[in-house]
Amino acid sequence: MSTAVVDVRHGVVAYDGRPVLRDVSLTVAPGEVVAILGANGSGKSTLVRAILGLVPLAGGTVDLFGTPLRRFRQWRRIGYVPQRIGAGSGVPATVGEVVASGRLARRGVLRPAGAADRRAVTAALTAVGLAERAGDPVATLSGGQQQRTLIARALAGEPEALVLDEPTAGVDAASQEAFAEALRGFNAGGGTVLLVAHELGPLHPLVGRAVVVHDGGIAHDGPVPAPAGHHAVPGHDHVHPHADEEPPTAGTWGR
Amino acid sequence: MSLFQYDFMIRALVGALVIGLAAPALGIYLVQRRMSLIGDGVGHVALTGVGVGLLLDRSPVLTAVLVAAAGAIAIELLRERGRTSGDMALALLFYGGIAGGVMLVGLSADRSNANLMAYLFGSLTTTSAQDLWVIVGLAAAVLVAMVLLRPALFAICHDEEYARVSGLPVRALNLLIAVTTAVTVTIAMRTVGLLLISAMMVVPVAAAQQVTRGFKATMALAMALGLLSAGSGVWLAAQANTALGATIVVLAIAAFLGIAVGSAVWRSLRRRTAPAAAPVAEVEPPEVVLKH
Repeated sequence: MSTAVVDVRHGVVAYDGRPVLRDVSLTVAPGEVVAILGANGSGKSTLVRAILGLVPLAGGTVDLFGTPLRRFRQWRRIGYVPQRIGAGSGVPATVGEVVASGRLARRGVLRPAGAADRRAVTAALTAVGLAERAGDPVATLSGGQQQRTLIARALAGEPEALVLDEPTAGVDAASQEAFAEALRGFNAGGGTVLLVAHELGPLHPLVGRAVVVHDGGIAHDGPVPAPAGHHAVPGHDHVHPHADEEPPTAGTWGR
Repeated sequence: MSLFQYDFMIRALVGALVIGLAAPALGIYLVQRRMSLIGDGVGHVALTGVGVGLLLDRSPVLTAVLVAAAGAIAIELLRERGRTSGDMALALLFYGGIAGGVMLVGLSADRSNANLMAYLFGSLTTTSAQDLWVIVGLAAAVLVAMVLLRPALFAICHDEEYARVSGLPVRALNLLIAVTTAVTVTIAMRTVGLLLISAMMVVPVAAAQQVTRGFKATMALAMALGLLSAGSGVWLAAQANTALGATIVVLAIAAFLGIAVGSAVWRSLRRRTAPAAAPVAEVEPPEVVLKH
């Protein structure tokens, strides 16, 4: 059996002494598409942030590609797609400049961008359908297009695995479709996908396995479960406004 | 030009030009991170370094670099913690820095008010030949670091968490920006002065980004505007017999206003010549099932 891309064992995360994840174990094998589902505040975003080392573990272990997180240095193998575009936006930046940041993990801090870097940036922009917007300032794009820019940034590094934090929250349907298409292409090329989602929408057919985080633990690990509550009402088609449902992360998880 | 027959004028011009180029090259990262006023704070702290230098009868430039670098690193470590009390700690550092500096300068043998004013607002005559070599050397180092490391510094200032997951040495690069800020503040204190150096880091960037679309273009235009206002500032300060730093900053702000007015006029003219070409931005679907 090949080495797992992500291997979390008995992971514990606490914010200011208040446990958010109690005892979580999760393994993602190469080539899998795994969705982490759960209600707002269940700890699903915290789980991926702990996997990437952005929040510290209070207990347990995380291995990436068989290496303990603390010693893991091959970050080029992972492409991260955060929920929103970075806060540092005081100065205009073009879509191409933001996507080119995705090459840094591969080429390092000192080496200037070469032809291969430019090709990868163009290919990533094409994959998300933004090739003709490369010279436009990011701030002029719609929310969905900004989200696609972040996915292109992760794809530009030609990673083996993508980790996405609520990639479709508040994204228009056209962008969601473009986004599902880009992920399908990535997975078809052998890429592994771990994504956090509130609901799957057009991503549903792609997802091979779902993990449900509930009350700080893993409540389900297997096929995508049937929706509960008002999501299960006949005729409900998973298309509804997100604005009121999705409070900003700042309110939920500090920072 | 007869003005530049004096050596001190040449020195003031060269000193101002290198600052005009280096300060916006660093300042663009501070603006992107929405920390536009950090240069001002480090300038306050540097004054304590000047006081220490005068008191010990050592080069004030050297002691100011050391004290300002220590202050900048302290500010960066506070920022990294993300504490709400950081705001208060910054205030203590700023006012402690300037109060300590004024007191120490007062205690030193060379205690004239004119001397203090020259450090605070810059002067045409204070740059010695020896100072100039230090200024040019350090400014060149700042420029090379800011221009060569642009992709990495852009990445950490744009999205620090993403940079972390890319495996970039985020902490080392943040400390580099902090130390570079201290160095830039200190080499600029002879020409622009400690209270106005922050303006040279921020105003050219603010002026440039009104008409640019990308980061690289903003950086290039900001550096050009910094150079232009520094060069013309030296000439005007000599003509009008005004404080050099204040003159340069007033010219930079004039450039900001000129670009603001110019681009507004240009946009309104373009709108008038092509009134029908107002495209509606890509319309987002309603995201609800609309009953027909």
